[in-house]
Amino acid sequence: MNTRAVRAVVRKDLRIALRNKGVVLPIIIVPLIMMIVMPAVMIFLPFYLEPMDAGEELRQEMGAFFANMPAELSVLFAGLNDQQAWLMLSSMFMFAPFFLIIPLMVSSVIGADSFAGEKERKTLEALLYTPITTAELFIGKVLAAFLPAITVSWVCFVLYSVVVNIGGVMVLGRIFFPNLAWLVLILWVVPAAAALGIGFIVLVSAKAKSFQDAYQISGLVVIPIILLLFGQMGGVLYFSTPTVALIGLVIWVLDVVLLTIAVRTFGRGEIIARL
Amino acid sequence: MPEWVIETRRLTRHFGALVAVHDVNLQIARGEVFGFLGPNGAGKTTTVRLLNGVLNPTAGEIRVLGLDPISQGPAVRRRTGVLTESPALYEPLSARDNLFLFGELYDVPPDVLRRRVEELLAMFELSARADDKVASYSKGMKQRLALARALIHAPDILFLDEPTAGLDPEAARQVTELIEHLSQEERRTIFLCTHNLVEAERLCDRVGVINRGELIAVGTPEELAQRIWHGHGISVRLGRPLSAEAVASLVRVEGVAQVEVDDTELHILLDEEGRTPAVVRALVEAGAEIYAVKPREHSLEDIYFQLQADARGGST
Repeated sequence: MNTRAVRAVVRKDLRIALRNKGVVLPIIIVPLIMMIVMPAVMIFLPFYLEPMDAGEELRQEMGAFFANMPAELSVLFAGLNDQQAWLMLSSMFMFAPFFLIIPLMVSSVIGADSFAGEKERKTLEALLYTPITTAELFIGKVLAAFLPAITVSWVCFVLYSVVVNIGGVMVLGRIFFPNLAWLVLILWVVPAAAALGIGFIVLVSAKAKSFQDAYQISGLVVIPIILLLFGQMGGVLYFSTPTVALIGLVIWVLDVVLLTIAVRTFGRGEIIARL
Repeated sequence: MPEWVIETRRLTRHFGALVAVHDVNLQIARGEVFGFLGPNGAGKTTTVRLLNGVLNPTAGEIRVLGLDPISQGPAVRRRTGVLTESPALYEPLSARDNLFLFGELYDVPPDVLRRRVEELLAMFELSARADDKVASYSKGMKQRLALARALIHAPDILFLDEPTAGLDPEAARQVTELIEHLSQEERRTIFLCTHNLVEAERLCDRVGVINRGELIAVGTPEELAQRIWHGHGISVRLGRPLSAEAVASLVRVEGVAQVEVDDTELHILLDEEGRTPAVVRALVEAGAEIYAVKPREHSLEDIYFQLQADARGGST
């Protein structure tokens, strides 16, 4: 393995992608809205609109969610008033699925630029004439999308932790975030989601004509995450530690399948034939 | 015997039902500039891809620098440089960044690479704008940079695919002069794919003509002319047009194969050069006013079109 060539590909792909507004804007704006602005509004707004008192209003409105909740999670809500329960519910549960969107989105937007964008700009052929093997080129391109996806997700996680803990100090009088399920989410599921975005985008890019085409089609991978979100609100699925670990495992298995297929589309002859 | 740096035997590549390259046998010597001529879609680019191990052949054998591009692709590509038909540069990056990137991909040692980048920027007159984005470059500058990139690892063989296509005459001349320099001063082996016959005539030692995937002729332009016209051509310039009887008498001279009349110009094909005095004598006896007699030189263009016409089954 020529690691110098792999590093050169990673650096090049990142420098090119980060000069593309179509890449940079979603990478900055989506996490900012999803992980900072939305949580801040969702968590704090109810305090000002309608002061909540100790009571059962929230628990009645979210009937299914609370009724089916496993015992180890209900402990989190024991003895909390509505305001406190809202903070716990929104910060611990509602935003967890959103956290999978960040690595998926970042890896697929950079992946789209690196795989489909490079094809669109017709620069791939010159790379194929260098001694770099297609395995090294593939690894370089995957890392160029994977590393920023993880970095952006982890930075978001730190900022999100700060936002919700400000709420925690104000409402609960203590720092309460994250718990074990969240750490599993961040360290085990987020990398899996980043890899999923890449696997999907490589397959899409083999057929797509442009960066835009590839990126638009890759939006489909968000659908399972929306299902997770609704599943949870409907009381079917909860973000407990074992569930999160299992979701991670399922995504990693999907990654292996997708990336194995993706590698097959990435032989020199196959790429040249598509140029 | 010359050292062959490129050899192919019955090289063939199909894409489904399409035969892109068929039974091509090539031998190219070290230091030679070989012109690979043919219309668009004739199989030139496919051949370059096959020779560099970027595409595998359907059948046949290839040796490039003694290596097999199918099983030793990276080793072959380490010693070849390719200028692709479109410059394929990273336009958001500078010229210097483009060269460094490819130097790293070719694994040129860092200290050698730094020196080499500056040398190439100077040689290709890009030093002053080396840190500007390539997107701001003219077409000619981009092509010079793409050529510099193909040379970053000092390759033994340089493949140039239509190096002057789409350039204005000034930029095309600059690129042609650079190629001439690489061949004459640096003695590099150059495999030049082109349909610019003037460029090929100026640069190439030998040419191969390809049509619909088949190599229809290989040789120096002189050898090809000999093979096509089977004899020695002379052109005669006269003071006034020749009478029909005089032309008829000329045709009867022994060794004259063909006479073409173009007003006061005669193009005469002889079976050998030694027939020239007899022809001149016959012309003088017929009362012709001879201003000049010179051997007829066939341009590469004449040769190329004759070969393509023959390949289509026509003749002149």
